[in-house]
Formats: sequence, C-alpha cells, structure tokens
Amino acid sequence: MSSGQASLTWNALDLSPVELAVQCDWPGPVTREWAWGGSSGRGIRVCVVDSGIEGDHPDVGPVQGSYAVSAAADGELAVVPVAAGDACGHGTACAGVIRSLAPECELYSVRVLGERYTSTGDMFITGLRWAVAQGFDVVNLSLSTTRQKFAQALHAVADDAYFAGTVVVAAAHNTPVESFPWRFASVVSVGSHSVRDPGLVLYNPSPPVEFFAYGTEVDVPWPGGRRTRITGNSFAAPHVAGYCALAKGKHPGLTPFQLKNLLYLTSDNVKGTA
Amino acid sequence: MSDNGNLLAAAAASLGEAERDHSELLTSVVTVARALFGAAAASVFLLDEQSDELVFEAVSGAGEDHLVGERFPASRGIAGWVLGAQEPLVISDLTDNPVFARDLAETTGYVPRSMMAAPLLRREEIVGVMEVLDPTPNPVSPLGAVQLLALFAGQAAIALAVIRRNRTTFQLLVRERGEPSELTQMARLLDELGDDQRAAGVDLLDTLHRLLSRTT
Repeated sequence: MSSGQASLTWNALDLSPVELAVQCDWPGPVTREWAWGGSSGRGIRVCVVDSGIEGDHPDVGPVQGSYAVSAAADGELAVVPVAAGDACGHGTACAGVIRSLAPECELYSVRVLGERYTSTGDMFITGLRWAVAQGFDVVNLSLSTTRQKFAQALHAVADDAYFAGTVVVAAAHNTPVESFPWRFASVVSVGSHSVRDPGLVLYNPSPPVEFFAYGTEVDVPWPGGRRTRITGNSFAAPHVAGYCALAKGKHPGLTPFQLKNLLYLTSDNVKGTA
Repeated sequence: MSDNGNLLAAAAASLGEAERDHSELLTSVVTVARALFGAAAASVFLLDEQSDELVFEAVSGAGEDHLVGERFPASRGIAGWVLGAQEPLVISDLTDNPVFARDLAETTGYVPRSMMAAPLLRREEIVGVMEVLDPTPNPVSPLGAVQLLALFAGQAAIALAVIRRNRTTFQLLVRERGEPSELTQMARLLDELGDDQRAAGVDLLDTLHRLLSRTT
C-alpha cells in the first residue's frame, strides 16, 4: 500500500525500472473467483459514513465502533464515540448490504446525518475526513452534498483517501443534479441498475458514474430488528463496497486504483476476446 | 397617488399575480404527477426555514380541499428525511416504518400505505419536498418511477423558488398587515421632496446601495 505523505515522488529521474518493479500476480483473464472467491472480508475494516448503524440488528452486527460528528461548545466539529444506533434506517440498510456480502468484515459507523435527519456539509466533510484519517480499508458513502462550496474540500479528502489506500465507494445522486463527492475520479461511484440481482455489477463506459449495482427494491435490514424493501443508488453503493471488502480480504495490498481496475475487469458487461 | 406610489402598487400587484400563476403551475404539476403515477395524492411542500416547517403549497387528490397552508415540523416524517438527506425515497410499505410519521399523516385525514418523495432542489438550495402517496407500482422498475418523479420535482422546484422569491420581494414592499414597509415609506418621502432634496436623497440611496453591494 502506498503512503502519499511518507515518500513524495515527483519524477523518476533517480529511479530505474528495476527499482520501481511492482510484483503483479494477476492472471490473464481476471475472474471473480480469483478476485474474491473464498473471501469473507475477514480483517477488512469498513466504515459506513451515514445515519448510524443499529448494531444489535441480527442481520447487521456486530459493529466494532460507533462514532458521530458533534459540535463542541465553541461550535468546533469533532468525531466522538457514541452508542450504536440509527434514527432513520439509512445507515443500517447500507451496513446490512455490506454485511450480507462480507460477513466477516469489521463494520464501523460515523453518523453525519443527525436524528433530525439534518446534516451540514461541514459535518459531512468532518466525518469523511476522520474516516480517511483512521485508515479504514473501505468507506461507504451513500450521501452527497449539492453545495458547491464544499466541493474543493471534499475533493481533497477523496484524493487523500485514494493515495492513502482507502477506497471510498460513493453513491451517485438519485436525481440528475450536481452533487459531491461521487463526481470525483478518486472515488468509486455507483448508481443503480434495474435488475434485482445483487451479483450483477456493470461498468459504465460513459462516466462520471462508473459502476451500476443492485439498488432496486433491495431487501435490507431496518431499525427495530426489521427488514424492508427500498430503492435507490444509496443501496447500490454498499454492494460495491461489499465486493471491495471481499477483494481486499483476499488481496490485502490492493490500492484504490487496482481495486477499481479489478471491479472493471470483473464487471458482467466487460468481455474480452483473449 | 405619487409616481413612486403608483410604481410600487403596480409592482406589488404584479408580484401577487405572478404568485397566483406559479401556484397554479404547482397545482398543475402535482395534478399531472398524481394522474401519471395513478396515485391517491400528490403534494408539494415549501420549506419555511425561519420556522423550520414544511408548508403544503399544492395538493392534488386526498386532502386537496383543506391541506394547502397547513404546516408540519420540517424534521419529521419521510419529507423530513428527504429534506435532510436531499435524496429521493421510495418506500413500498410504510407499515412499521420508523421514519414515517403516522401521527402527522393521520391529522391530514389520509394515511398512505406507500410513498415516494423527492427533494426540490433549485441550483444548490433545497426549497421544499414533493410527495406522491400510494402510487400504482411501476410495472418496469421503481427506478423508472424515481426518474419520473425527479422530472416533476425539477418543475416544481422552479415554480416554488419563484413563489418564495416573490413573497420575499413583496414583504419588502408591503408589510404583511398591509401597512407600507420602510422601503415604501422611503419612496413616498422621496416623492414628496423638492427636486434638489430628492436628487440628494437619490444620491444617498445610491451610496448606500454601493456600500451594501460591497459588503454582501
């Protein structure tokens, strides 16, 4: 895994190809079996930046850590540990999808969508920045902001994650509006397809949305130990986050760049002639 | 009435007429949406940020005869969730849904079994929420329904933004209880001045305008 801050490299004047050698054991045709077959996501830390997670839901738990963005007396935002919980269900649903695919991954929650469902761009950035700083392997972000003034800061956080080895899986907005950070190339952006198949992942040859996954009438865990069916890109993204957790569980050194390439090569609509 | 007084009266009348036109447009949007979705009702809420409430601005179907103008807390229910997350939501079964504010729905006289809701976004700003109650299930895909709802929401957001802007402007011109606002009174006073004093007053207002333009 690369560390963007530790060894900045601006050019290769003093480096030979031998010194830059990278071991690549990928097979010719990359298959899903090779990518994540046999993996349960064990040892992979996945953070859901959302409305919280109901940790004792039988289809979701355990949740290894629950945090929330909170304003101190001076108004400064900080991420603090909180009791596990989810006031509105969105985060629990996303976490449930990830758990269904990667049953042994470690789940963490950062609540940026409050009990009154309101969130500010500042809370959103604070939560995401904290998640990236913790070095989680995968961050699921099924939220976005339409406020342009937050775009630059979010872009910086997304790039930090990319170079630090944290893959950020971001849901595209459900309506045709500009919102962030799913628009950035350093995240894996996901929209819904209309096939009710959690295994179907499609690469979009016409980005900015790069992948499509199952987000239609998804059967998800819901607060109160219940389940419900729900539709939206928000629930497509955690499918891809789940597959990322599986792949990193099997190939721990995968960078976000490699992971995105792996998702591309294993997409159902990507076919080669070799 | 003085020239400025006439101008202000005409502007106020024009704003009132524009609001009526855009309210009709909103009603038209929810009526068409309700028909196309085969729904029991469709409605548009305006977000009142000062009171943190959602106000029924247009309703078609169940409740259309009494709901316009009714207010609800902006932080509750499916509409509150959509407002916070700024994402549409399709829930095919509201039974036991923890977000659904059944008590609020009961006060409207109609409790839906399913619902679609979308944020009304105008440029970067959220101006309200659109809801469709008990739509006929989309035979192709709920995703198609979301796409269609987004188109209606786009139209509604434009009309709602104009209504809101008109009201703000109207309040600047005329107080809610019908008394002239400070702005209107200043215009009247200017009108009553002699030529020299009026010119000086206009200069002063120009200076004030430049000053405020730089600080905002």
